[in-house]
Amino acid sequence: MIIIAERINGMFKDVKQAIADKDKKVVQDLAKKQTEAGASYLDVNVGTASADQEGTMQWLVETIQETCSTPLCLDSQKPNVIAAGLKSVKAGAAVMLNSTPLNKKSDEQVLDKYIEMAEQAGPKASIIALTMDKNGVPQDIDTRVAIAAEIVQKAMEKGFDTQRLFIDPIILPVKVPGAQVQPGNIMAAMDQIRYLADPAPHMTIGLSNLSQGATERSLINRTFLAMAVSHGLDSAIIDVLDEKLMNVLATAELLMNKQIYSDSYLRAYSPANK
Amino acid sequence: MAVPKIVESFTGSVNNVTLGATKDDGGTRTSKVTVGGARNVVYGGSFEDASAKPVIALDVIDTSPEDWPDVLSEPYKDVLGSPADWAKKCVEELGADLVCVKFDGIHPDKADKDESHAVKVTEEVLKSVGVPLVLWGCGNDEKDNQVMPKVSEAAKGENCLVGTVTEDNYKSLTAIALADNHHLITQAPLDINIAKQVNILVSDMGFPLERVVAFQTTGALGYGIEYAYSIQERQRLAALTGDKIMAMPVICDVGYESWRVKEAKLTDVTGWGGVEDRGPMWEATTAICLLQAGADIIRMRHPKAVATVKNLIDQIWQ
Repeated sequence: MIIIAERINGMFKDVKQAIADKDKKVVQDLAKKQTEAGASYLDVNVGTASADQEGTMQWLVETIQETCSTPLCLDSQKPNVIAAGLKSVKAGAAVMLNSTPLNKKSDEQVLDKYIEMAEQAGPKASIIALTMDKNGVPQDIDTRVAIAAEIVQKAMEKGFDTQRLFIDPIILPVKVPGAQVQPGNIMAAMDQIRYLADPAPHMTIGLSNLSQGATERSLINRTFLAMAVSHGLDSAIIDVLDEKLMNVLATAELLMNKQIYSDSYLRAYSPANK
Repeated sequence: MAVPKIVESFTGSVNNVTLGATKDDGGTRTSKVTVGGARNVVYGGSFEDASAKPVIALDVIDTSPEDWPDVLSEPYKDVLGSPADWAKKCVEELGADLVCVKFDGIHPDKADKDESHAVKVTEEVLKSVGVPLVLWGCGNDEKDNQVMPKVSEAAKGENCLVGTVTEDNYKSLTAIALADNHHLITQAPLDINIAKQVNILVSDMGFPLERVVAFQTTGALGYGIEYAYSIQERQRLAALTGDKIMAMPVICDVGYESWRVKEAKLTDVTGWGGVEDRGPMWEATTAICLLQAGADIIRMRHPKAVATVKNLIDQIWQ
């Protein structure tokens, strides 16, 4: 499982304040704690903390890299913000560009731009593409799969290795009226998306969005995570500091034969051994 | 659109392990041996993805072995009972990359020798050869815990490979191997889950997994080698897909396992051919099979089998 840790995001109060105060310690502590807890990548999202999104992205990237070498997942739907972050990412490092839809009304070529930026960033750069297009987020299974197919096709046309491509079928808050059907739809879509290419593109989700505004957030998150792993989810943007969630993830991967069982498998899943 | 070229590639790799400490490292070895490093399965991927050349550790038994068939003891008849001379022969005449001193003689059911014997053998072999050593206990937990820490201490600073530790008996030897700066062999009874568990246990004691070599009790050709093969293969695939707890190079005990089966040692069986060729062939075939599963260090015994396997390794890992 490629685990992307979600906490360095300007939507969180502590990070927002840290950005406003240019307080490196808060960001660096989160980077270290999430790395120790098992992050493969650290998501970096400026959020709404600053008007200068490009400058803030660069500051976050530089601040994190001062303290740890965990690969970064630059999180913005604006190509210029991603590009700014990439300037500060250490040359040749693994990096994720998160995220782009298939296309936007305002920018038909947005996916091309992300692919090109990833190519320029080197062979360890990958992108997360959302099953979303200029018409918005699809609600049904078929449209999700159709958009994913177009994304995969575009990547292949451009010679971009599908193993560097992460498809995010977009999980919506279960509490939103009418959205309760979505978790099931997403799993059904994933069942098809994994056959779009060989080797299959990775699949990721921004898990915490599922429980937005709900009580029992952690329980909802970890239950769906286990279900999604059984449908081929091999990456997720999650709260790695949620120990119960991490234990469920380790167990789900074990039951799917992704990890070799040992009596101490929960310890074996810990970051020190990854 | 061009048909994409599919090359199976992996994200993980097997650890590199270097055995032996030369003068520069504070030891007295004249050569070092590096194994591991595979980034693909044997024959998979490009040549750059292949492991370092697998090596052969020739067995030297601390006391004259009583259960060896004639066909096996004959080539060593002048050196049996003298581990130092035996080791010298293995290195100078047979081209051993490593010498594996097997302390069968300390076993309570065999010669029941004590630690002073084992220490003496270790010191003598260290003096007589310059290759790195493998120091391997007798398999009796109590006796190994009594003797092997002394053996480790006698070879302190030589960066040997000492073992074995198991799920039920790992603390004493792990602690002393760590203190004496050796590498460690973790053993499992043909069981992938226990292999992982024992690696976690030694890691929890602070022993670096980068200094571990994994051992699964090996099966000989005709005696469950398919289990040994598939477990080695699964272990290797886990390493290649990024499981750091399974990312260690592997040692196989081919000599012992091959020479205890009747096909290798029975004489005068109609239709089986002469034992002089049959025995070594049994050992060589077992070794070659396990090499293909990704074995990095092979413990062997018969000179003819060693020559065959070395020849194959030289041809494949040029």
